[in-house]
Parts: sequence; C-alpha cells; structure tokens
Amino acid sequence: MSANLSASLYLISGVLFILALRGLSSPETSRQGNLFGIIGMVIAVTVTFLSVGNFTSGFIYVLIFLIIGGSIGAFIAYKIPMTAMPELVAGFHSLVGLAAVFVAISAFINPEAFGLGTPGNIKLASLIEMAIGAAVGAITFSGSVIAFLKLQGIMSGAPITFKGQHALNALILASIVILTFYLCSSQSSNLFWILIAVSFLIGFLIIIPIGGADMPVVISMLNSYSGWAAAGIGFTLENSALIITGALVGSSGAILSYIMCKGMNRSFFNVILGGFGATEQSTSDKNKEQRPVKSGNADDAGFLMKNASSVIIVPGYGMAVAQAQHALREMVDTLKKNDIKVSYAIHPVAGRMPGHMNVLLAEANVPYDEVFELEEINNDFANADVAYVIGANDVTNPVAKTDPQSPIYGMPVLDVEKCKSVLFVKRSLSPGYAGIDNDLFYKENTLMLFGDAKKMTEEIIKNLG
Amino acid sequence: MEIDPFIFRLSIFILSIFVGYYVVWSVTPSLHTPLMSVTNAISSVIIVGAIIAALSGNEEVIFSSSSIYGFLAIVLAAVNIFGGFLVTQRMLAMYKKKKKDK
Repeated sequence: MSANLSASLYLISGVLFILALRGLSSPETSRQGNLFGIIGMVIAVTVTFLSVGNFTSGFIYVLIFLIIGGSIGAFIAYKIPMTAMPELVAGFHSLVGLAAVFVAISAFINPEAFGLGTPGNIKLASLIEMAIGAAVGAITFSGSVIAFLKLQGIMSGAPITFKGQHALNALILASIVILTFYLCSSQSSNLFWILIAVSFLIGFLIIIPIGGADMPVVISMLNSYSGWAAAGIGFTLENSALIITGALVGSSGAILSYIMCKGMNRSFFNVILGGFGATEQSTSDKNKEQRPVKSGNADDAGFLMKNASSVIIVPGYGMAVAQAQHALREMVDTLKKNDIKVSYAIHPVAGRMPGHMNVLLAEANVPYDEVFELEEINNDFANADVAYVIGANDVTNPVAKTDPQSPIYGMPVLDVEKCKSVLFVKRSLSPGYAGIDNDLFYKENTLMLFGDAKKMTEEIIKNLG
Repeated sequence: MEIDPFIFRLSIFILSIFVGYYVVWSVTPSLHTPLMSVTNAISSVIIVGAIIAALSGNEEVIFSSSSIYGFLAIVLAAVNIFGGFLVTQRMLAMYKKKKKDK
C-alpha cells in the first residue's frame, strides 16, 4: 500500500474517532458514536497490516497475540460490575501507558523498522519524541497502577505524605529533562533505560499523596496523560491517526480534570500536590463537639415519603459501595406509584470518577431524563418535600456556603438543607473525606437514618408498600 | 525552502487539540464515564506502532529483542481496544429514556 494512501486512511480513522466523541453529546447518538470508534480502529489496524505487508509467520503470531489480548479484554468488559468502573478505567489507562513504553523501547532498539535511522544514530527529533512518549507512558503506567490499587482498596485510600516530598518530585522531574537532553546528545541506551525507570518512579510518587476522594481528578488526569503518551508515539511513528487520537484524549482528560476541580472549588495544583484530607483531619478532631442529632428508622422515613409530593434523591459514593442503586430504583418506583414526583440530583464529584453515579443509575434502569446535574436542580430543593441523601456527604454540607474558615468553603454544594425534610442515610456520624463535620446532620429538619444504604432503602420499600 | 513534515504533524496535533476541546465540552456530563472508557479505547490505536514493531523481524527470527516488545504491546493494546469499546457499549446500552408504556 502506498504511503500516501495509508496516510489518508489513517486520517479517516482519526476523523471517525472525533465522531465517536461527538456522539457522546447525547445518549441517543452515543451508541452510533461508539460504532464509529470501532470502525476507525478496524481501519487503522487493517491499514497497518497492509502497509507493513509482511504476511509471514510473524503475521500469524500478531493475530494470535491480538486474539489473546482481545479475549481478555472482552471477558473483563462483560464481567466487570458497574460499581467497579473507576478501577477498570484506571487499570486500562495503565495498559495504554505500558504499551506506549514498549513501542518506544522497540523503536529505540530497532529504529530501522520504523524508518527512524539506525541504532545509535536515531534522528534527533524522533529521539526526543520517543523519549517524551516513553516518559509520559511510564508515568501513566505507574500512576494508574497506584490509582487502581487505591480504588480497589488493596492500598489504603489515605494520602501518603512525607517530608520533602515536593522537593523530591521536583528533583526527579528535573532529572527527566536532563536525562532526555543527554540521551539526545549521546544516544546511550543506558540513559534511555534510566529515563524510563525514573519516569515509573515519578508516576508512583505523584499519585501516592492523593486521597481516595480526589480520585475523579486523578483518573481524568491519567486519562489525559495516556493521550499525550499516544501523541508522543504518534510523532515518532509519523502517524496522523495516533497524533489526532492522542490530542483528542489528552484534551478530553484535561477538560474532565478541570470540571472535577471546579466541582470541588480547588485548583488543579492543589489537588495534585495532595495532602488535603491529611492536613485537615487533625484540626477537625479538636473542635469536635457533641451536638444533638435526630435519628430515625425506616418507619419514619416511609411515613415522611408517603406524605410528600416531591422527593429528590442525592446519591454519592456510599451508594456505589453498598450497591444500593437497584434497591433505590425500586423505592422510587413505589413512590411514583403513589404519584410522588421523584428526581435525582448528581454533584459533579459524586463518586470516584466523572459520571460515576449516572452510570450506576442507568444500570438500575433509571431513565436518564430523571437525573439532573447540580445547576439544573439546585433551585428545586426549596420546593421539594423530602431529600433522600444516600451515600453522599461533603457535597451536601452547607458549611461550604457559610463558613469561610472551612476547607471546603466555596465548593458548589447541593442545597439539600432547603428541603422541608432531609433523610440522611449513613452508617455513622463520621466526617467525610474532607475531614469536616457536616452541619446538615444537626439541622432541625434532618433525620439521620443510621445503617447500610441498601438495607435501609429495602426497609423503606417495605414501609411504603 | 521546503517545510519540514514535522510542522505538518504539529499542525494536525494542535488543531486536533482544539477539535477535542470543543467536542468534549459538548459531551453531556451524564456520559462522562463512557467518555473516559471510549477515549481509553481509542488511545489504544497505539497498537499501530506495536504491530509495526512486532513485524520488524524476519522469517528466521520472529521474536527479536525489539519485536518482543511489539508483541507485548499488542496484547496490552488489544485488551484495551476490546475491553474499552465493549464496556462502553455495555454502558451506553443502559442509558434509556423514560418509557410511557411501562
């Protein structure tokens, strides 16, 4: 296949990838968008086979490895529970990162195959691109592995901080730049390996100080990195499909990180530099005072809901942990039978990744036109009779609006306290990740329902029926 | 003077960032999770590089030091491609509108 023809076809697959993302602007067009993405991928892979044109026994092995990987991927995709989506995405990011590193290594060892020169005499521009692709890929890999371990609960979600952490990170980042510089002048393979090793290390160090609840930002950031890594390799291979995709993914992840940071009213650097939960925890323990709370049971909750004319559900990460989404939808069905208006309010950072709650509600067959974003629904709380807060905490804390001293001051929150009555399902009175007490617990109109989110919801259903 | 092809690639790159910027802002927030899984799937187009690397050997030496990395990268990227697209499809199939007849 001529180079011009294959380049044009790569361009087409790049355009199809753009259309794949464009489709996600509404649920109706999204499935078609995904199909465009698949077609784009098929074109890219086929064109690569045809342009290499090496249909010897090596080709058979490529197909075998492709099938092995593909079956593993398909198996995971069908088996994974929707609540584990953040872990899955983090895990997948790590694979993209590692694949980028492997491709860069291969291109470094055997540059002739890619038309980049000979070993020890690689074109300067290619070498720089390769080094960037490898370094960003390695950071994506080790960072995603840590994010995965934290989300999976294998590693504690608590931020790990130590003295001189930022200085060390800065030093390592500087060394990456210096190593790249010397690599370009010496073409030494040792330096290349050291560069990759150091990049693995910095990816690890960047993610460990970030707490579990900041994971939406971290996952989006790693999403962005995996894109930049792909773009770096795309420059090395002079492949427009990879460059376009890398740029798309890179900017997509960056936008998501921005949206998540805005949802917490924190700057990106504030999140990345970490230690949020750790520094605030100590102060909150000191001013902890015993304030009276009203606690109730499923009977009370059922009674309040039965007499309501509108109910707003506020789900959070706790709903995912308790797997309460199906029970919740059943409860809502019962409410609707009694002609009670029900809607769902989703905070941008509810859950552990962007859109996490929406996917879980969709899984439980909640129609997406009953689910609203913060700006769309926040004014409705004042007119609603009951707010049912299930697994959310900090995103409902009125302190964010009233107390300038609070670490979450200025964060956009759901105006849950404006409801006539608030039902707050929670296992205990412990503070959320920000380490601060939720004022909502102590309000006149709040009824605390202590217990597991799923069990409590199921009991309420019994009381409604 | 001839323009370095690198400049063309850089142009594609920069313009794609802008395209990505506007396209992603138009994505509805409720689909942010599928957005992440689909971007993850398409970034696995890096498999293109992996295939080139894997096929760089010849008839006698299929698994050379450089092609082994290619083969490994193929497995990783394939997991992502199939896993990413299929899980996205599974998620998107769940997004339904309110049904009147239910």
